[in-house]
Amino acid sequence: MKEILKKSASEQRKALLNKEISAVELSQAAFDRIDEVESKIEAFNCLTKNTAMETAKKVDEKIAKGEELPLLAGIPLALKDNMNLIGYPTTASSKILENFVSPYNATITEKLLNNLVPIVGKANLDEFAMGSSTENSAFKKTRNPWDLNKVPGGSSGGSAASVAACEVTLSLGSDTGGSIRLPGSFCGIIGMKPTYGRVSRYGLIAFASSLDQIGPFSRCVKDAAMLLEVISGVDLKDSTSLDVPVEKYSTLLENNIKGIKIGVIKELMGEGVSVDVQKAMQNAIDTYKTLGAEIQEISLPYLKHSIGVYYIIATAEASSNLARFDGVKYGYRTKDARSLIDMYTKTRAEGFGPEVKRRIMLGTYALSSGYYDAYYKKAQQLRALIKSDFDKAFEKVDLLLSPTCPNTAFEFGSKTEDPLAMYLTDIATISANLVGIPGISVPAGFDTSGMPIGLQILAPQLQEAKLFNASYKFEQANDFCYKLANL
Amino acid sequence: METREKYEVVIGLEVHAQLKTKSKIFAPDGTEFGNEQNTQISPITLGMPGVLPVLNKRVVDMAILTGLALDSTIPSRCKFDRKQYFYPDLPKGYQISQYDEPICVGGHLDIAGKRIGITRAHLEEDAGKLVHAGSNGISGSNYSLVDLNRAGTPLLEIVSEPDMRSSDEAKAYVEELRNILRYIGVCDGNLEEGSLRCDANISVMLKGATEFGTRAEIKNVNSFRSLQRAIEYEIERQIELVEEGERVVQETRLWDDNLGETRSMRGKEDAHDYRYFPEPDLMPLEISQEWIDTIKATMPELPAAKRARYMSLGLNEYDAGIIVEQMELALFFDKIIELGANVKTSINFLMGEIAAYLKDEKLGISETKLTPENLVELVNLIEKGTISNNIGKQIIFTMLKDGTNASQIVEKQGLSQISDEGALKEIVQKIVSSNPEQVNAYKSGKIQLFGFFVGQVMKESKGRANPKTVNELLKEMLD
Repeated sequence: MKEILKKSASEQRKALLNKEISAVELSQAAFDRIDEVESKIEAFNCLTKNTAMETAKKVDEKIAKGEELPLLAGIPLALKDNMNLIGYPTTASSKILENFVSPYNATITEKLLNNLVPIVGKANLDEFAMGSSTENSAFKKTRNPWDLNKVPGGSSGGSAASVAACEVTLSLGSDTGGSIRLPGSFCGIIGMKPTYGRVSRYGLIAFASSLDQIGPFSRCVKDAAMLLEVISGVDLKDSTSLDVPVEKYSTLLENNIKGIKIGVIKELMGEGVSVDVQKAMQNAIDTYKTLGAEIQEISLPYLKHSIGVYYIIATAEASSNLARFDGVKYGYRTKDARSLIDMYTKTRAEGFGPEVKRRIMLGTYALSSGYYDAYYKKAQQLRALIKSDFDKAFEKVDLLLSPTCPNTAFEFGSKTEDPLAMYLTDIATISANLVGIPGISVPAGFDTSGMPIGLQILAPQLQEAKLFNASYKFEQANDFCYKLANL
Repeated sequence: METREKYEVVIGLEVHAQLKTKSKIFAPDGTEFGNEQNTQISPITLGMPGVLPVLNKRVVDMAILTGLALDSTIPSRCKFDRKQYFYPDLPKGYQISQYDEPICVGGHLDIAGKRIGITRAHLEEDAGKLVHAGSNGISGSNYSLVDLNRAGTPLLEIVSEPDMRSSDEAKAYVEELRNILRYIGVCDGNLEEGSLRCDANISVMLKGATEFGTRAEIKNVNSFRSLQRAIEYEIERQIELVEEGERVVQETRLWDDNLGETRSMRGKEDAHDYRYFPEPDLMPLEISQEWIDTIKATMPELPAAKRARYMSLGLNEYDAGIIVEQMELALFFDKIIELGANVKTSINFLMGEIAAYLKDEKLGISETKLTPENLVELVNLIEKGTISNNIGKQIIFTMLKDGTNASQIVEKQGLSQISDEGALKEIVQKIVSSNPEQVNAYKSGKIQLFGFFVGQVMKESKGRANPKTVNELLKEMLD
């Protein structure tokens, strides 16, 4: 592996500008690295070498002409394979979309291409982003670079593992209940979910529309801040995107956080949290105290309902969003159908995996006539109460802190037989999606077996700058943040 | 007939109006009718993975305008919902519609002195079209083809109260509603092309009963004639059932225009559970009073007001109704009034020769070469006595066909009226002296022969003789 691949995006940018390496060489180095480790990691559903090299060439032309270079020009990046890139397959790791080729670009894809970011490949995920381990992919088993017997987390497991294995410098994931932060935590990197509406969802295959949000993976806070700057902003193609100017997060990282008020979420610190994770949390609290933050305990009484609420709202929306995969227009269609209804049922029975089917059934049930009030409506009411919990907390503190996950990465197959145990992996992350606030997972140390632990920081709506600022300060104060997995 | 008299018929209508926007309700594709299949289909219309809807503001403008024309309330907030079912013409597996917070609430429409309540009007997207090979329906066909050009066309579904009591009232309601929609420019109201579609909810009850009977919903009615036929058929069917002691089933029935009957489509038992829930991809729609006021300022004269105005100008109710029913003709007529032509003479042309020509040629007034200015010139020539009414009635056809103006024709063909007594006297003298038998008969009391002489004079003058002067001269000479 070329040393440059281990560096941050800002260091790689410097090397490009100083002509120590060309953008084409940098992207080629990424593909060489993928050749080297992909058989172990299996992070990618497909590589998009043509577009990557084409973009890299444009970057080199700009450098040669001495033209100004966009912030992340030439930095190799992976897209989660539920984001559309024209002319390449977008599968959502589902058999039902196995042969689907995107006829259009997602808004984030457009932004990346305009900013001359080489897109290297499409990363594996839990089918339709439903899962916490990436084991639900119809195609492959992505492995955790820190221990190949363990899961990378999910659902953006391929995006996280590709960054942790230095196959790419940056990647994008989508987070519906923790799908960026959890794999970020399991893979020992930064994983960030922005405020709902900060990044356009146009072109992201929907799982749960009111919860989905695209966000960055990187190996350091500054890279994530830069990537969010590039992909954020209002989009006329997404009515739920927010028309609020995007701050230059990456230039606000050095701000002093002395006197900042940080709340530690009581409900996520005690029972069920492993000893190693508790220790890491204590270290995080101590770090912030040293940095001059005021720490207090915050209770969020409705938080305990978040998993229940989530699995009604998310599945209800998913049951609707996935109705379009019916074999009529694109994607998989059963070979053997005697009638229309037969075509529908067989196509969907053969095309979807078990977890997706489970969630479609749950969601369909929750929206059924006679059950709507008892489930969906009640869940929305509880969602409002959870939100008011957070609103009250943010009247007292600037940021909230918890582990990203009560435990570190687990072994393959250890939770696949018990969906509820799998769902509980998301206990700490889910509420940020229900409330629509930004959250980040920052490396916070290692457990006794050497697996990474993640610190989750949550901020009020649109307070991304504050979130990155506090994360950066934490990263600077601890040397474990830049550790790389030995492969 | 006697049995029928015992029953009261209750009809409510759901009218789907395609709004005449250039682009679709949630996508930038065009909405034109009749283009090559699957040419108006962006990834959004196709329901490609990852696409999102964006509301077309023009659709909202048109819905507000319609609401105001129907005296509806426009709530300050409405929202969109997903109505879910599987069908190949529905690309997303759900239709974006409005469930419990529609854009228009309440309102009414008047037909021949009766007020019909409007329950609500809500926005939704149209579905695509299916063509079945080897069968009328999807079952039994060898294969079916999907055309999604129409998918996503904006629809306003206008739901009436069950206030109509006969198929005549139902027809009058749809006609008046169609008129309003066309006058305010939101829908071209073409039942055959499906830009206006109508479902009828029909029930019967014994006269004087306080509770409505069980209703059936009739779909697939695509002309005024079939609307009336379908309603009449359904009334007979339901009365027969009740008379025989059977029950009317609540169900959806399909009108078959060829067989002239309705047949069961699906019953209540296997009715869809549409699993409505709020559309998470669209924010609730806030409509400010300012927005409503801006739209209100663009409201044109509505058909009822137009009819009243025409009657105040001296038109009878029938003529006023006929003119208003044909918007093009009414706008043409308005222009004529504006140009200050004699109303009575103008309306005689419009209702007479022009109407006959349009009917024969199957044209609309705008498809002819006749301009309001030319018609006004013609009317003025008659009023001034430059030409006779008869000549006017002859040359109007030329004007309709080739657009020449009246004075040109009159000059070119020498058609101006002969009112000069000297010239006319000569003709009258000639006719009287060449018909001695008739003169004798007339003089011996057969006074009805007077018309014969007038006719001969007119013939001899090629219709140019001023009839009034001819009458006077003939009387002078014969009496």
